[in-house]
Amino acid sequence: MSTHRSSSLSKDAWSRLVANKMAIASLIMLFFISMLCLFGPLLSSHSFDQQNLDKVFQAPSIDHPLGTDSLGRDLFARTTYGGRISLMVGLLATLVSLIIGVTYGMASGYAGGKIDAWMMRFVDVLYSLPFIIFVILLMVLFGRNFLLLFLAIGAVEWLTMARITRAQTITLKKAEFIEAARALGFSHWRILFHHLLPNLIGPIIIYATLTVPAVMLLEAALSFLGLGVQAPMSSWGSLIQEGAEKMDAAPWLLLFPGFLFCLTLFALNFLGDGLRDALDPKHTKG
Amino acid sequence: MTKLIFSRLLQAIPTLWVIATVTFFMTRFAPGGPFDSEKAIPEEIKIKLESHFGLDQPLFHQYLLYLKNLLQGDLGPSFKYPEWEVSELIATAFPVSLTLGALSLMIALLLGIPTGMLAALKRNSWMDYLPMSLSMAGICLPTFVLGPFLIYALSTQLGLFPPLGWYGPTDWFLPSLTLGLFYAAYIARLTRAGMLETLQQEYIKTAKAKGASSWRILSKHAAQGGLLPVITFLGPAFAGLISGSFVIESIFFIPGLGKFFVTAAFNRDYTMVLGTVLFYATLIIFLNLLVDLVQAWIDPKSRQSK
Amino acid sequence: MADLTIDNLHVGFASREGMVRAVDGIDLSIKPGQVVGLVGESGSGKSVTCNSILQLLPSPPARFGPGRIDWSGKDLLSQKERTMQQIRGKEISMIFQDPMSSLNPYLPVVDQVAEPLIIHKICSPDVAKEKALEMLGKVGVAHVQKFPRSYPHEFSGGMRQRAMIAMALITQPNLLLADEPTTALDVTVQAKVLAIIKELCIDLQVGVLFVSHDLGLVAELADRVVVMYRGKVVEENETKSIFRNPQHPYVKALIACRPTLESPKDYLPTVEDFMGEKQTPLPPLPSESIQARPVSSTPLIQTRQLVVEFQTDDAPLLAVDHVDISIEQGTTLGLVGESGSGKTTLGRTLLNLVKKSQGEVLFKGKAIDSASFAKTNALRKSMQIIFQDPYASLNPRLTIEQTLIEPMVVHKIVDSKKDRLEKVVSLLQEVGLGEEHLHRYPHEFSGGQRQRICVARALTTEPELIICDECVSAMDVSVQAQVLNLLKSLQASRGLTYLFISHDLSVVKFMSEHIAVMQNGRVIENGSADQIYNHPKMEYTSKLIEAIPKANRSLHLSF
Repeated sequence: MSTHRSSSLSKDAWSRLVANKMAIASLIMLFFISMLCLFGPLLSSHSFDQQNLDKVFQAPSIDHPLGTDSLGRDLFARTTYGGRISLMVGLLATLVSLIIGVTYGMASGYAGGKIDAWMMRFVDVLYSLPFIIFVILLMVLFGRNFLLLFLAIGAVEWLTMARITRAQTITLKKAEFIEAARALGFSHWRILFHHLLPNLIGPIIIYATLTVPAVMLLEAALSFLGLGVQAPMSSWGSLIQEGAEKMDAAPWLLLFPGFLFCLTLFALNFLGDGLRDALDPKHTKG
Repeated sequence: MTKLIFSRLLQAIPTLWVIATVTFFMTRFAPGGPFDSEKAIPEEIKIKLESHFGLDQPLFHQYLLYLKNLLQGDLGPSFKYPEWEVSELIATAFPVSLTLGALSLMIALLLGIPTGMLAALKRNSWMDYLPMSLSMAGICLPTFVLGPFLIYALSTQLGLFPPLGWYGPTDWFLPSLTLGLFYAAYIARLTRAGMLETLQQEYIKTAKAKGASSWRILSKHAAQGGLLPVITFLGPAFAGLISGSFVIESIFFIPGLGKFFVTAAFNRDYTMVLGTVLFYATLIIFLNLLVDLVQAWIDPKSRQSK
Repeated sequence: MADLTIDNLHVGFASREGMVRAVDGIDLSIKPGQVVGLVGESGSGKSVTCNSILQLLPSPPARFGPGRIDWSGKDLLSQKERTMQQIRGKEISMIFQDPMSSLNPYLPVVDQVAEPLIIHKICSPDVAKEKALEMLGKVGVAHVQKFPRSYPHEFSGGMRQRAMIAMALITQPNLLLADEPTTALDVTVQAKVLAIIKELCIDLQVGVLFVSHDLGLVAELADRVVVMYRGKVVEENETKSIFRNPQHPYVKALIACRPTLESPKDYLPTVEDFMGEKQTPLPPLPSESIQARPVSSTPLIQTRQLVVEFQTDDAPLLAVDHVDISIEQGTTLGLVGESGSGKTTLGRTLLNLVKKSQGEVLFKGKAIDSASFAKTNALRKSMQIIFQDPYASLNPRLTIEQTLIEPMVVHKIVDSKKDRLEKVVSLLQEVGLGEEHLHRYPHEFSGGQRQRICVARALTTEPELIICDECVSAMDVSVQAQVLNLLKSLQASRGLTYLFISHDLSVVKFMSEHIAVMQNGRVIENGSADQIYNHPKMEYTSKLIEAIPKANRSLHLSF
């Protein structure tokens, strides 16, 4: 009945993920996009902020593979550079929200009782208010600072992570192996980090993967409204805003950044779904 | 039920109070804020502010004055346009946003729920894959990409709808559609997941064993459990529709509260920004109460103490 | 009146490992008004068989081979959905195992009971509701007439199952399929529900297919018994003949491995004994040195007026209500009761997993409390626990080796890595597993094996007291016998003391020298196992014993 080579749960999950073609395709796609954004600005013969006023609104050509914008800047360089910013904000803000959210959720769920009730009430209150309003408020009061931007976004996205971690912690806490650990005299720290956390990794990874696109959307929306990154820095959001304005004159300005942005979101969401299926095969997907 | 309403209202009041207090202190102490003495403020604004906020009085009195004003619905004069009261501006702009939001929600529900239900019923067939792929695309296509694109396609090229403004019903279509489609995608996925999960439950098997038809199972037995996640989502959806309206109103040049808010943010119109934040917070808390009530109506277990 | 005839049924499931044959060619028939018991353990295929009749198996992944199920001249396996809908709930009805999840939580119970009449257009909705109320009265849930808008969560387990029976029989079908309908219920409730099924089905002349893992239970109502093992029918006969004269070794084993009055004192026969399969090794016989360990006269553990109180929304709940128990070293105290009796809470309070509210717990004569547990680990090492669910009892991310070594590391039990590994291997061997199992993960083992690993884990700290909290309740009776044998021989070889908690009085009697019966948080009777089982003093205890199916109490008594 049992195979000679033992298989851990991670190995099983990995093999399920690999079998999911869309998820693997997404993973590869994300790798390419990241590479493109990382090396693109270096490979391009133009800098992202190099203006060239006699070359405005040029359609894609060999010299400018994605065309130029209203100030003659090369779109390829700007798009790949913008990608760096967008991806970086996405990853960093997700990391911040992960650290805060997981710690908070795990503590709340493990503590239980009144502490848990109050901690969650706090989360519920914050959850019901639109994030973007608060980020805008913070931006207005404290100025437009790049660091502040992603701290603000991360600090606002932690709520979902906290809720999910707490829900999982509560389910796990009831499992007998946690009680057995207490009966064996293990300390709370040992139980939290050796027994609870490893079993939480699955959902954490899934939601982290799904948080990245949410964060990127938020940043893009802010940049679109003009409240995000400041010129001459560009993110995909600000590029899309420029493109939307000049859509009649130069549709490529909207098309290329928009396409790349959506493609990244698409891949991240598919990967997240794939991870969810791989790590929890009972989850209803198909 | 009344107990639930009561307890929720009781919860709402301290929440609002906390938000009001936090915003009050944030503005007082934020660097570069409106009360930073180093800022050069035009004389007439300064006079109005001082009288409204009682800036010559001790901090605690200012706070009480602030709360008193709030309870009366007085949010102060606009920082940028002092001849206007913030509450007046909100009263003009909000109905516009409300219409936009309501239409978008309607589109989202009318498109999303049936699609999700169909996908769940015809699982793994083309009636599942197609709508679900489209909805995945919908989630990944932000409103600020979709909006301009729709303007380009349906307005500029095909001349079907006006691209900007908010003068009459024809203006309503494109913006509501843009915002609505995004939420339709979310709702379709949620409905599908909720229905699939519900259809796996034991009691569905019991219904089948009684000889119920698929239609009866769907409408009488699976609907409540399946739609609960959507109802729960409505809370954050309201919040999302509000923030989504900022973008939409910017794209389509709609004079709604969102546009006012963003403009105020740019202009550093502090009183307007704060007033709007408080207004939205109150609105959302009451909308969430409504959602809780609907939830309790569907799910008998949650009617008991919470 | 129709016969149900199952002819050469084959059902398989497509899985990642290939096709799994759940039902491998079985024949079965039920005559009108007959009660047929379908008995088997997990993996026998009995549930799959039952669910196939009304086409309730999700059809991928289930695949059907040759074979037919004949009802009124139709082959039920090949009928279209429309036809099946006309048969379900009208000609053939079904009830399921877990009444909580089998009733729609969003609809009132009365509406659900009335529904079959409405679906099959037998009468108008108003009349249907009347009939539903009437039927609910018949099954003993009359109070619902005062609260017709009651929901399932407002009913107890037993009442829910009665409502399900009402729902199934309201259309007066010809055949009732009952898939483990009493398994999730308390023993006394089980007996009542069984009685209702028997009474109504005889009354309405309804045939019954009663599926269960409990051979003794099935004997209470079945005219014929069919025993399944690994997808095949191994024996079929009249109930009396199956018990008096079993033919197939598996059936002999099933009958023998249950703890009854006739069972040997220290050892239950297992399936391997009868089927000539490889024996799972038992721990070595007690060595001289252990047997010579002095037995003290102070009880190892005692409680005095122990109270455990929980705060709930409405009022404080006394889970444990002024309980006095005492366990002598080297013996077993059996703690028996139904759900809500407080037996599980009591067990956990001894280990300080639940805090006591009042009263004392004494270990080796000394009072212990939370502070004593916090001060040193000595107490924790001396008392361990084995839980009911072997699947949830092991951390799925750790290998067996890691699980077993961890307590040794935390308590600094053995110093060198090499010694620890040796100890782990010897523990595994002691519970009947081997060194080759060290690097495997819990999900690669069966339920019985996992429980053994839990036993090994409990032994790592060399405890004196082990609390067995319903640790065989979730198992097949054949696996149960193996685990009980293991526990008994460990007690002999290591001089262990047990608090054996269970709702199953027969199992408790087999394991224990003394028994305490709990009800609503109180110990209502306390005495030697023989005395309690054969000469109960309290009415509740007698009810508990009466509720045990006669064939599970004693073969001689019943047949």
